[in-house]
Amino acid sequence: MATNTSQPILVVEHINVRFETPDDGPVIAVDDVSLDVAPGEFLSVIGPSGCGKSTLFNVMGGLLGGYEGRVSVAGETISGPHASIGMVFQEESTFPWRSVTDNVAFPLELIGMPKDKRIERARHFIKLVGLDGFENRYPGELSGGMRQRVSLARTLASEPKILLMDEPFAALDEQTRLLLGDKVLQIQQDLKQTTLLITHNITEAVQMSDRILVMTYRPGKVKRIVNIDLPRPRTSEIVGSEAFGRYVAQIWADLREEASRGMKDDETRTMRVDEARS
Amino acid sequence: MTAMALNRRYSLAPLVGLLSLVIFFVLIELLIRIGVVNRFIVPPPSEIIASFSRVILEEDILHRFVLTATECLTAGVMLTIFGVAGGVLMHRFRLLQQACETWVAAMASAPTVLMYPLFLVIFGRSAWTIIMMGFVAALPPVILKTLEGLSSTRRVLINVGRSFNLTPSQQFWKILFPAAMPTIFVGIRLGLIFALINIVGVEFLINFGGLGALINELAERYDLAGTYASICFVILVSVLFFMSLEKAERWLRPFE
Ligand SMILES: Nc1ncnc2c1ncn2[C@@H]1O[C@H](COP(=O)(O)OP(=O)(O)O)[C@@H](O)[C@H]1O
Ligand SMILES: [Mg+2]
Repeated sequence: MATNTSQPILVVEHINVRFETPDDGPVIAVDDVSLDVAPGEFLSVIGPSGCGKSTLFNVMGGLLGGYEGRVSVAGETISGPHASIGMVFQEESTFPWRSVTDNVAFPLELIGMPKDKRIERARHFIKLVGLDGFENRYPGELSGGMRQRVSLARTLASEPKILLMDEPFAALDEQTRLLLGDKVLQIQQDLKQTTLLITHNITEAVQMSDRILVMTYRPGKVKRIVNIDLPRPRTSEIVGSEAFGRYVAQIWADLREEASRGMKDDETRTMRVDEARS
Repeated sequence: MTAMALNRRYSLAPLVGLLSLVIFFVLIELLIRIGVVNRFIVPPPSEIIASFSRVILEEDILHRFVLTATECLTAGVMLTIFGVAGGVLMHRFRLLQQACETWVAAMASAPTVLMYPLFLVIFGRSAWTIIMMGFVAALPPVILKTLEGLSSTRRVLINVGRSFNLTPSQQFWKILFPAAMPTIFVGIRLGLIFALINIVGVEFLINFGGLGALINELAERYDLAGTYASICFVILVSVLFFMSLEKAERWLRPFE
């Protein structure tokens, strides 16, 4: 692919993260993960839950220290949150005390943009995520999907070079997720936004990505990187095509192994807890 | 249709509340009239109502009302400033929190009103003794609730701030403080209750100034109806404060 030949903007090299836990001893959450993202590329990281995706997300966002390895943005090694990286979190993260406009204008306020200018800017991004008409509402008055769109617009308003998203649609129902996925794709194409999406949803990953990185379950390693050669622009309609089905099947074959290992792990842990109780 | 029914139920609620109060007083009145309750211990509600004009005209009630309300307001303002500042400091400095949280909590339930002789010595028989008593008694809940609000700010909101590279002071003013606001208001409301109880209590004890002193005087004159009538004015002070606090809260947090 053309995007892969240009100089990568985000490089992650040999990341190792270990957590000390009181019950299970040291847990290796991320094991020697390396990846790179080219400008304008859409990369997804997929893996069963508990495989270390959020940990990796926090490392790349500069929110977690104490790891081995190196993360660099445009050749510069990061040591904390980097101005070029915008993050969208898995949990609900809007500010309930700010209206939709003020939420989205938050990063603009930080750089000292004058009020009328930033409101105008915020409106632009609110429109981009399809929330026009809700500018003066507060998050408490919106549905979960709408709130997640507010978070997305807020991060987009800071115009990050790299957009990092941690399962942004995980809490949404299937229909909302598909429509919001279309929205993200369209925005990504319009803005040529370099995007790294973390997900556990295969359909979502295949629908949107140029490449998909499949992670193993515990310790979280890179299992495989799959190139998705589907034509763009894509919409959720592509989900029905045969090529799409092949990619899904291929990634599912990889993931099934990991997911079942994850389930066994859960079962043994539950059994251990049961034994300890009885 | 359902919205209208709901609306009607809402406007009905205060009416039902008022009605139940009226029924309660009518019942007491009846019990006293038929002699089940001793009228020299509990005065009949009709007598209390009749005594209002006497209390208002003869006992300088307006002046006393203003005095008690001013004491409450002063204590309330001090409470908000020092209580919130205390909570913020304890949140900011971990050592301070570990060192003080337990005894601040202990102080919250201590009967500080018993320390009034000490305050009399320090501040004299003046409104300041009363204000300081109310202030000291009501400070702990404001500190503790501020601390609780700040420390229970959701992790992800703090992470949003960090991802936008906020400075520590921006992190505080733009995220922690607004997130803690609802809990801080709970603390201030609790603090005002504590302050009012203690202020009227100390006025009663040292027989100085406002409504508490009037209750003391009337009780000593065995003017039971008048005593209960003045208690109604204390309730009025508390109602006034809570209404204005609600207004302030609505103004600061328009989204609820
Ligand atoms: N702060 C932490 N302390 C201890 N263990 C943690 C911590 N954060 C995550 N883990 C563990 O690391 C593993 C990976 O977690 P996470 O990155 O959240 O997975 P995912 O996002 O893929 O579901 C899990 O087993 C989790 O229990
Ligand atoms: Mg996660």
